[in-house]
Amino acid sequence: MKKYTYTESKDTRSGFGAGLLEAGRKNDQVVALCADLIGSLKMGDFIKEFPDRFVQVGIAEANMIGIAAGLTIGGKIPFTGTFANFSTGRVYDQIRQSVAYSDKNVKICASHAGLTLGEDGATHQILEDIGLMKMLPGMTVINPCDYNQTKAATLAIAEFEGPVYLRFGRPVVPIFTAPDQKFEIGKAWMVNEGADVSIFATGHLVWEAILAGEILAEEGIDVEIINIHTIKPLDEEAVLKSVRKTGCVVSCEEHNRYGGMGESIAQLLATHLPTPMEFVAVNDSFGESGTPAELMKKYGLDSSNIVAAVKKVMKRK
Amino acid sequence: MTLEISDLKRMASQVRRDILRMVYDCQSGHPGGSLGCTDYLVALYFKIMKHDPSFNMNGVGEDLFFLSNGHISPVFYSTLARAGYFDIAELKTFRKLNSRLQGHPTTHEHLPGIRIASGSLGQGMSVAIGAALAKKMNNDNSLVFTLHGDGELQEGQNWEAAMFAPHNKVDNLICAIDVNGQQIDGPTDKILNLLSLEAKFLAFGWEVMHAEGNDMEKIVAALEEAKSKTGNGKPIMILMKTEMGKGVDFMEGSHKWHGIAPNEQQLADAFTQLEETYGDY
Repeated sequence: MKKYTYTESKDTRSGFGAGLLEAGRKNDQVVALCADLIGSLKMGDFIKEFPDRFVQVGIAEANMIGIAAGLTIGGKIPFTGTFANFSTGRVYDQIRQSVAYSDKNVKICASHAGLTLGEDGATHQILEDIGLMKMLPGMTVINPCDYNQTKAATLAIAEFEGPVYLRFGRPVVPIFTAPDQKFEIGKAWMVNEGADVSIFATGHLVWEAILAGEILAEEGIDVEIINIHTIKPLDEEAVLKSVRKTGCVVSCEEHNRYGGMGESIAQLLATHLPTPMEFVAVNDSFGESGTPAELMKKYGLDSSNIVAAVKKVMKRK
Repeated sequence: MTLEISDLKRMASQVRRDILRMVYDCQSGHPGGSLGCTDYLVALYFKIMKHDPSFNMNGVGEDLFFLSNGHISPVFYSTLARAGYFDIAELKTFRKLNSRLQGHPTTHEHLPGIRIASGSLGQGMSVAIGAALAKKMNNDNSLVFTLHGDGELQEGQNWEAAMFAPHNKVDNLICAIDVNGQQIDGPTDKILNLLSLEAKFLAFGWEVMHAEGNDMEKIVAALEEAKSKTGNGKPIMILMKTEMGKGVDFMEGSHKWHGIAPNEQQLADAFTQLEETYGDY
């Protein structure tokens, strides 16, 4: 097992804020919109440097999506910011018609995704957003794993032409990917090569997969860990190549097991390479209030759940 | 292309003929609102707006138009075709398989002149505001025009947009409401009463105007006046009185022709009331 260490932990949303500022410096067409959550989205530095390229829409997410779509007509590259729930479910039809179907170059940037925003509870925790967004034709869906990857992804989507859903979170998580990395949309990242099982992980569950891999290595199980930061388009080649070698799969995501990354991988495998698979994901339920660590444990998303899923799926080979 | 009033009226007659032919050919679509808004669209595209039919999506330096009530696509398509955005003969593909002229307007099929999909109601004002903001950011002095149904105002997103535009001084925006008092299930005052739109938009901070939407002289004058009021810190809202089905006596003033097509005899009757002026497609 390749050794991953970290000296610092940060929230992925701060990676977004840093990326947005840098994207703004690189391209004066980049503009930002927010629905009364500047602090939560870490947009402050961008606004300070580019006040004329920021639009405060108030608590009106549907209007924000429409305005963003309109801004692209005129060449702007709008980044919208609010919580994942209000970025997707609340405005699904606006995204569907005015952004996706209209093929507008809008970057829908969503913080507080999943359970781990914590204490606010299920009204603010969305576990369906990846599914909602990946079902839209032409929508790119990205869920980076740490601060550095989120920053790199933010810069990458600014240069990419087309609608994007960028999902990140509130909790502080270890920074273990390289600073100033090159983020390639749609290209999976090989975290650890192994022979016994393919673990596909997205978001901060990549770190949990690494922790699980270390535990399993001590037991002589050689895991392959692949970071699927881009859920759509899925890096099918990387998935198939890995699974041909290992013959069993565990998917890990902070999302409902229905509609998530695991489902996309399962569909790919069912079509091309039927393979035993286990899903580390939320089992079709809403969340609740609690600390991020408590919620990860209760809803079966931490490294111990990944260890158990690996052992289970290996028996099914 | 800029037409004088008499020719605008002749163009409106031709567009109305196109609308009826289009919905007749596919036996579907929305003739009522299309006929009611014909004079407004003809005035915009043949008199008021500075626009380029060679079509560039970003429309920098051009006036832009957004149709929010996308179901009146027949009038939009006919006006665009007659203004030179695409071949008039293409109107015959309306609502048919593999057509760029979808039931509701879309950019997806790359039809020149369309900048956003519309059909699911209530989204156009937000989009127009975004386009108007982009013009301001680009130091582009041209204007953004819109059209919305009155029934469409029952969608809440309109009021998010209506609150935003005055607060942010989006004063390069001229919106128009098609006040025909009708929606699919009946008169708007029976379905969900809009009460005073003037009071509502004034309270939200708009410059509010009234116009007769089926009188070419008056709608042109109203639009010229609206243009003169831009740049004064307020978005402009034109409450435009129209008659659904205008130009065809048996369609006028009723919600019944909102979304059905005439039969062969009705089409023939309608054509006797509308002069062929610029040549049928």
